Amino acid sequence: MSDVDPRSALATTGGRDPSQREQRVLGIIETARAKRARFRDEQITMAHGAGGKATSTLIEGLFVPAFASPALEALADAGTLSLGGVDVALTTDSFVVKPIRFPGGSIGELAVNGTVNDLAAAGARPRALTLSMVLEEGLPAGVLRAEVEAIASAASAAGVEVVAGDTKVVERGHADEMYLCTAGVGVVDPRASLSPAFLRPGDRIIVSGTIGDHGTAIMLARGEFELDADVRSDTCSLWPAVDALLEASGPQLRCLRDATRGGVASVLNELARASGVAIVVREGDVPVEPAVAGAAEILGIDPMYVANEGKLVAFVAPEAADAALAALRTVPGCERAAQIGEVKTEPPGMVLVQTAFGGKRVMDQLVGDPLPRIC
Amino acid sequence: MRFVDEFRDADLGESLAREILGTVEPGRHYKVMEVCGGHTHSIYKYGVDDLLPANVELVHGPGCPVCVIPMGRVDDGIAIAHEPGVIFTCFGDMLRVPGSKGTLLEAKAQGADVRMVYSPLDALRLARENADREVVFFAIGFETTAPSTALTLMRAKSEGMRNFSCMCNHVTIVPPLRALLDSPDLRLDGFIGPGHVATIVGARPFQFIPSDYGKPIVISGFEPVDLLQSVQMILMQLRDGRCRVENQYSRVVPHEGNLKALQVMSEVFALRPHFEWRGLGFISQSALRLSDAYADLDAEVRFSVPGVRVADPKACQCGEVLKGVIKPWECKVFGSACTPEHAIGTCMVSPEGACAAYYNYGRFARERLVL
Repeated sequence: MSDVDPRSALATTGGRDPSQREQRVLGIIETARAKRARFRDEQITMAHGAGGKATSTLIEGLFVPAFASPALEALADAGTLSLGGVDVALTTDSFVVKPIRFPGGSIGELAVNGTVNDLAAAGARPRALTLSMVLEEGLPAGVLRAEVEAIASAASAAGVEVVAGDTKVVERGHADEMYLCTAGVGVVDPRASLSPAFLRPGDRIIVSGTIGDHGTAIMLARGEFELDADVRSDTCSLWPAVDALLEASGPQLRCLRDATRGGVASVLNELARASGVAIVVREGDVPVEPAVAGAAEILGIDPMYVANEGKLVAFVAPEAADAALAALRTVPGCERAAQIGEVKTEPPGMVLVQTAFGGKRVMDQLVGDPLPRIC
Repeated sequence: MRFVDEFRDADLGESLAREILGTVEPGRHYKVMEVCGGHTHSIYKYGVDDLLPANVELVHGPGCPVCVIPMGRVDDGIAIAHEPGVIFTCFGDMLRVPGSKGTLLEAKAQGADVRMVYSPLDALRLARENADREVVFFAIGFETTAPSTALTLMRAKSEGMRNFSCMCNHVTIVPPLRALLDSPDLRLDGFIGPGHVATIVGARPFQFIPSDYGKPIVISGFEPVDLLQSVQMILMQLRDGRCRVENQYSRVVPHEGNLKALQVMSEVFALRPHFEWRGLGFISQSALRLSDAYADLDAEVRFSVPGVRVADPKACQCGEVLKGVIKPWECKVFGSACTPEHAIGTCMVSPEGACAAYYNYGRFARERLVL
């Protein structure tokens, strides 16, 4: 297959040239999409929390303009700021998962690893967390105790201290068992020089392992589908993976993202837009567990959009990519890391997929929650 | 994944692409309509277009069950959803279809108890678990999904459920195809027939397409290899001057269809004299209602609904898109006023809708395969 460079190829291809009008319509759409999203909705719907386009409109159209912070404007997983000469990364995350325990983890582990991973993706060694809990009246003490233990052991595994906290209890029915919110602080690693602005055509894209495990485990644990499969959440700290990548590639590691809600597809779209490059993914090279692929197939969902809680996407300069991948694969949990694509110039701001079948398509931002198809 | 990967095999795809290239007459332009939205989705998702020669054009047809629901029916559904005590259930894609005053998702945000289900049986289970609530299932789909609605209603009746009802929007595939073939503004060379519908109704109902209209139709599976093979079968019929119903999807579609499913449908449903199709207008005998024996479970009998016909938005050209008269991008509002996040037309809502499939997957200039 020829290099994916559809627009410039148009002028020379022997195939059917799409009409000029189609080109113009596509051009207008891309110009509109490149603009900062505006928040025009009249009420909040579940789509605003799903990590797709509606979430972007909320963040870019309401929060970022209101707070006018350069650190926030970078729209990274964590904000970085300089405190007394030390570059510090700061982030926060809330956890409202249902059910609170699921194969491979629980809300407590997620609350630690989610925040730790946002720091790690900013190239910062996680140091400390705060923990806020919103508990529902009537929650059995045993359930709380189990989550506190899960938090303690995840924090110890990730090498972070829980240094402050807060507790609120709301009336029964006003929360679903428990909601957790953690904030985290880390110190930016001197080896790290990460930014979407550093992406260059030719950079390789690496994922740190199989994708879609967490979201699929949660969907199956909810029991709505009557599907049984041994799929476990991948929740874990990503700092060891980041550490290995920094050691192997240093400044040639261009950018990192933690592929949580919205999955790998959302991360790639965010970066393509932020840095004005094109991204091409080779579908056949993306590692997916067979059980996850099977569940996604039955439900009509693309694993690329399914949440992970212990997977990162790394952009690495081409000459450093093999070493980065080899280093990553030595980290426990990253044995199935893979190169899945590369950065291109055209069409800017878009993510294209080379399908395993041999065709091409766009891989867009998600509109709302992935909804199963009818038939 | 067994039984799936074989039908997505790149080498097989390439060899079919070569066969197709060897079958087409240079200089002749072929227009083939895929009737079913599932096919449209697969074509874009796998980039099947990229393996077809430049003179074979796939035209998207009316077979997306969400796309053909008119605004008035959505309004009626939302009105029921807002009734006190109602739990309103429907399939996922339907939640985002705009009525004249918003979508079911928006109704949910305003306080209506709207829940997504994966099967009508889930709705029935909700009714059992919530004896003090009225559970309504908004049924949509062609003959593919109608049997599961029928079986659910039979079960509800046999269990004597008092708090379960169904708002039936099931439609049938043959009348819109006939309407399409009768419309003068379309020149098609053949049809890729709807595999899932044919699993239920069999191959025979499509016989009128070759017999009355002289067009070949090949009932097709949904994987990319299926689609390429079906295109090749149509092209071979055209080359050889043959014209008939062929079944590419014989691993699933029996010639006679599923007699048991047809039997339960005929027990539970009756034909409506006419039904409005989004963008296509009223088509006679094209939809199903609950039969008189099941009137107790009919949400349209149980609840008073506005039942107002709402004209499609003026700017919206879903009708022309559904008939394959225009390409999605040729619609006046495509990608500007009408996007997946703020859809005006239904074709932009369902992933099976031609506009959504093109917008989400096909929105870039294609370089055609040159073999």
